[in-house]
Amino acid sequence: MTDLYQSQRAMRNMRRAAMQRGVVAILDVGTSKIACLVLHFDGPEEMREDGLGSLAGQSQFRVIGAATTRSRGVRFGEVDAMAETERAIRTAVQAAQKMAQTRVDHVIACFSGASPRSYGLAGDIELHDGQVSEQDVARVLAACDVPDFGAGREVLHAHPVNFAIDHRSGLGDPRGHVGNRLSADMHLLTIDTTAVENLLYCIKRCDLEIAGLASSAYVSGLSSLVEDEQELGAACIDMGGGSTGLSIFIKKHMIFADSVRLGGDHVTSDISKGLQVPLATAERIKTIHGGVHATGMDDREMIEIGADCGDWEKDRRQVSRTELIGIMRPRVEEILEEVRALLDAAGFDQLPSQQIVLTGGASQIPGLDMLAARILGQNVRLGRPLRVQGLPQAATGAAFASTVGLSLFAAHPQDEWWDFEIPAERYPARSLRRAVKWFKDNW
Amino acid sequence: MRSLGGAERRFAEQAEPVRRDPAPSRLAYRMDRLWLTPMFRLAVRVGLPFVLAVSLVGGYLADDARRAGIAKSLADLRESVETRPEFMVKLMAIDGASAPVATAIRKMLPVALPASSFRLDLEALRAEIEQVDAVASAELHIRKGGILQVTVRERQPAILWRTEAGLEMLDATGHRVATLLNRAARPDLPVIAGEGADARVGEALALLDAAEPIRDRIRGLVRVGERRWDIVLDRDQRILLPETKAIEAVQRVIALDQAEDMLGRDLTIVDLRNQNRPTIRIAADANAELTSLETGVTGQ
Repeated sequence: MTDLYQSQRAMRNMRRAAMQRGVVAILDVGTSKIACLVLHFDGPEEMREDGLGSLAGQSQFRVIGAATTRSRGVRFGEVDAMAETERAIRTAVQAAQKMAQTRVDHVIACFSGASPRSYGLAGDIELHDGQVSEQDVARVLAACDVPDFGAGREVLHAHPVNFAIDHRSGLGDPRGHVGNRLSADMHLLTIDTTAVENLLYCIKRCDLEIAGLASSAYVSGLSSLVEDEQELGAACIDMGGGSTGLSIFIKKHMIFADSVRLGGDHVTSDISKGLQVPLATAERIKTIHGGVHATGMDDREMIEIGADCGDWEKDRRQVSRTELIGIMRPRVEEILEEVRALLDAAGFDQLPSQQIVLTGGASQIPGLDMLAARILGQNVRLGRPLRVQGLPQAATGAAFASTVGLSLFAAHPQDEWWDFEIPAERYPARSLRRAVKWFKDNW
Repeated sequence: MRSLGGAERRFAEQAEPVRRDPAPSRLAYRMDRLWLTPMFRLAVRVGLPFVLAVSLVGGYLADDARRAGIAKSLADLRESVETRPEFMVKLMAIDGASAPVATAIRKMLPVALPASSFRLDLEALRAEIEQVDAVASAELHIRKGGILQVTVRERQPAILWRTEAGLEMLDATGHRVATLLNRAARPDLPVIAGEGADARVGEALALLDAAEPIRDRIRGLVRVGERRWDIVLDRDQRILLPETKAIEAVQRVIALDQAEDMLGRDLTIVDLRNQNRPTIRIAADANAELTSLETGVTGQ
């Protein structure tokens, strides 16, 4: 726990160093693709007269390099074959560096797997001197009773969601308030240690320094939910290749995140098995002809599935689009049912607004929003990531929601537990004694 | 046999060419990153060629013999260009100078003709020629055909200055032109005398102009005490002029002379130094005669 706390703090310092240098890389390690963006930070832009900046304040960075490569060695959003993954990361980073014409040393990464699990934490303290100071905030965060999430799991995100003083709740920033009791709610996201360590090892092997880590469900929520959705309550469903991430936002804080280990690749493998075609062909057929709602027209639309085996009968096969939809729909329904189960478990129906935003590469299946509306609820829309400066047209689609979200995360990270002060009583006394000894020895 | 060939062909078709891994090797990736490092890039693209060039040239020139060889070949090249016939000056033409001056100028030329025009410093030569007293100004240029053209304007003697050493000819500005051995050689020039007279030749000439009506009687001008002029006439007469307004004083004397024939009378000095009180000194004989006339008593 303390190790991770320290390493997260180190990452924050690294991020600050990268900001100072002005160049940082964004690495989205997905199951179907690995995307790398190189961001250039120009420093904070000057505010306009009305206190707003252009592009909702996101214009302080520019994308100067972008590259995508087919992912290798990643399954369910986790590193499966280390060397393959390392090579794929190298390919993406090198291409992005070449486009940016600069060297990148710091990288902020996100991944969708490693079975994220959410915990809600609460803690409260008595205030000594009436007014809340920074130390009090640190103390109340330290007072949160951490659940036993088991060995082999680590904290990825720890957002203070809400502060309350006495009986006034919903405070964003309690500093300076007067009261007797300060209590805090914190959202904790844990992940599998081994999965993240594998990823970190792959990135280290590419001579890159980690300046931050994020869950892709969280960052795609950042990029594809608009501001009022984040404020009023919404769920972002990032349908990726190997896993489907779910994050629920309210009051601009993530309060829940989880993932389903099913994604677009499973649809592809269903098609491959059902039509007996290679995976590449199945992927092509899915993206060109795929859908989830069959109409009468689709009975007559015949798709050449072809083959290259030399048997005329097999090479000239055709299926109707209805058949294809018949293969795809049950799997997509299964994914959405799983998401529905997660939403129910999270108590999503208690939120004041129940907007659902579908994003990610697999959300581009035609008709998905109608199907999702039947399973998840009426307020469903398809989300595309925010526009950021310099992003190539090819990287503006829904498949890049988490990549863009990670850029936003890099530019404006939310305050996490490790961004606050360390409570005074936690400073080990030994280090002070060592400092005194050092002075005695050297002076 | 045939079926075997067919099988081989099918086998060959099935074996796809090995697809190259699109990922860069670790080394290639590192080299690429190194090359994208700004300082390294600058060092390779600017620093390395610079160091190479400096060390190559420096290494070549480190040897004394090589340096000397380069210097010699440069000098030879320069020599061969300078001695081309187009740049040679073969003779010297002097215009506007009398024979003795021309001879003196010819002697001043520092190099023997024919010489390369690069060796001739015309400006220095001109300055040297203008050092000659008889030369007012000189103009030098190299004419087509390798001729050094010297155009000289000589000083015109305007006045003679008698000093203890002898008789000098001066021009209108007072600059020495030449020494004259004999006054009779230039009877047309007026004579001045006295210390510092050469610096006031202009004044002297103006006075002489003003005294034009009595010109045939003037023997010369004498500068007295480096501050004023005396006009010396024949019959030992002398006109003492003031320091200032000397010309007006001369005009006054001439007016008196024309009205009263003053200078024709027997007097030795007309003193105009105090312009409020012009004074004359009568000659000794005339003075005695005047006294006897007044008293009516003759000396006998």
